[in-house]
Amino acid sequence: MTRPAPAIDVRHLTKTYRVHERPPGLGAALRSVFKRTYKDVDAVKDLSFRVEPGERVGFLGPNGAGKTTTLKMLSGLLHPTRGEGLVLGRTPSRREPELLERITLVMGQKQQLLWDLPPSETFLLNRAVYGIPDEEYKETLSELTRLLDLGDLAKKPTRQLSLGERMKCELAAALLHKPEVLFLDEPTIGLDVAMQLSVRDFIRAYNEATGATVILTSHYMDDVVALCPRVVVIDRGSLVYDGDLDALVQKVRPEKRVVLRTSAPFPPEALAKMGTVVEEASGRVVLSVPSASVRDVVANALETGLVVDLTVEDPPLEEVLRELFAASKEASQAAS
Amino acid sequence: MSAAASFKRAVLAYPAMLRTGLAAALAYRAEMVVWMLTTTMPLVSLALWSAVAESGPIGTFSQRDFAVYFLAVLLVRQLSSSWLVWELNTEIKNGALAQKLLRPVHPLWFYSAENLGALPLRFVLSSPLVILSVVFFDTLPLPRTLAGALVFVLALVGAWLINFFTMALVGALAFFVESSVAIYEVYTLGFMVFSGYLVPLDLFPPGIRAVAEVLPFRYVIAFPVQIATGALQGTAMLRPLAIQWAFVAAAALGALLVFRAGIRRFGAFGG
Repeated sequence: MTRPAPAIDVRHLTKTYRVHERPPGLGAALRSVFKRTYKDVDAVKDLSFRVEPGERVGFLGPNGAGKTTTLKMLSGLLHPTRGEGLVLGRTPSRREPELLERITLVMGQKQQLLWDLPPSETFLLNRAVYGIPDEEYKETLSELTRLLDLGDLAKKPTRQLSLGERMKCELAAALLHKPEVLFLDEPTIGLDVAMQLSVRDFIRAYNEATGATVILTSHYMDDVVALCPRVVVIDRGSLVYDGDLDALVQKVRPEKRVVLRTSAPFPPEALAKMGTVVEEASGRVVLSVPSASVRDVVANALETGLVVDLTVEDPPLEEVLRELFAASKEASQAAS
Repeated sequence: MSAAASFKRAVLAYPAMLRTGLAAALAYRAEMVVWMLTTTMPLVSLALWSAVAESGPIGTFSQRDFAVYFLAVLLVRQLSSSWLVWELNTEIKNGALAQKLLRPVHPLWFYSAENLGALPLRFVLSSPLVILSVVFFDTLPLPRTLAGALVFVLALVGAWLINFFTMALVGALAFFVESSVAIYEVYTLGFMVFSGYLVPLDLFPPGIRAVAEVLPFRYVIAFPVQIATGALQGTAMLRPLAIQWAFVAAAALGALLVFRAGIRRFGAFGG
């Protein structure tokens, strides 16, 4: 069956919160009992984008940009103020079981596992609530157990699990019903590097095995680089960029990083000729070089005979984003 | 179609939800005992009224009548209690409700299973009190006829449903106001006076009794208790039963409406 319809279709999505404003102090507190002043705050403003089935999309933005608010609207927890975000052709805020059983939302800072019971209890509860047939449940659970390397974790009370172990069980609980759309909000927050890697590998494996659509937010740019060929970037509720991750880096930072390990100090004037020095310490030099001249710089550097090792990298995504947000802030200030 | 599908899904999933509720109650057993102690007020009333009635009956109540009455109150209270208002208030405020909203079943099903799942434990834990009292007062506060037993079960279910849905309704007001627990305190005040929890309604003047007739409180305590003690029998049980279930329907409807309106405003805060 061909499915031309997008998995997620966000059109002019807007969420405005009415925030009760109160200056500090007792007097203000008393006055606010009788007369309250409110301010409308746009958490998400006229946001539009589409995600095709099977895509892995990184959803990026600084704190308070509206990422979580958007994900909550798309998973039916929040009602949009204006616009709509269709998921699998349905309106999430209507909370139809037909949609809810095909999606999942994993929040790194929230949990669905029952705190004082082993995760296996939550698994069984979800089996019943999502109406998963016995055979399918056993199959999916053993597959998830293998992919996530759960072992006997599911039998220990949740409160006795480490953060990483808990996150693995959270993922298993959230995926037992084989959702077609995954909203992952900071799934690796607080995890150590090894655990981050294994969660990341798992998400990719799940996506490749099931063709599920994945939207991921993360403060760890490595997660995004490793998982998401495409990124949607928002800032203060509005879309800043939507497209290829590589193209974003090219657009904002058309330079590459040339990293040299040297056997002896490099003459400063030779370095200055090659590019901008970003970092220089104990035999390691990082140069920022325009993409077009990377070839020449590499050739020149090698000719000196001082280079032991050389790598060419993209600038860190954090820097790219910082620059992007600074530019979007300037643009919005200029507009107002 | 959607509502019917969702209902069917919930009914099929309910045994598993109850099992989880029971498992949770067992995990929190210490807390449960403390909660139960807070509902042993009827034993205090029993001691108090027994002492008062020592020199002669108060109204139509002899010393033994008081004992039977308050033992029945204790039993009814233990088997029909809910604590949803606190739970709902907290989960709306801290956003934990979101986890229930994500699932394809109405959150009230989960809450009801959590409450009902704890009942077997409450029953077991409260049975020693009842047994002791039976030994001391030589009476078992349960209906003696089949019809009485049948209506008693219906009345207990009705009482629990009124408690549950009223708490759902008041708890869901937390979608709109800072804290709904304060509002529930007002309801509790009415409960203390008009339910027969502290004082048997028969001891009140006729005016207050008439007021109690039309309020919901009497139908969560006094009515099931009267059936348990045999004060209400035969066809006289039917009219209050009908009124009780009308209150069940009203509370359920109110709770669902407030909940639905509230979800539109839900902020799902906290991450």
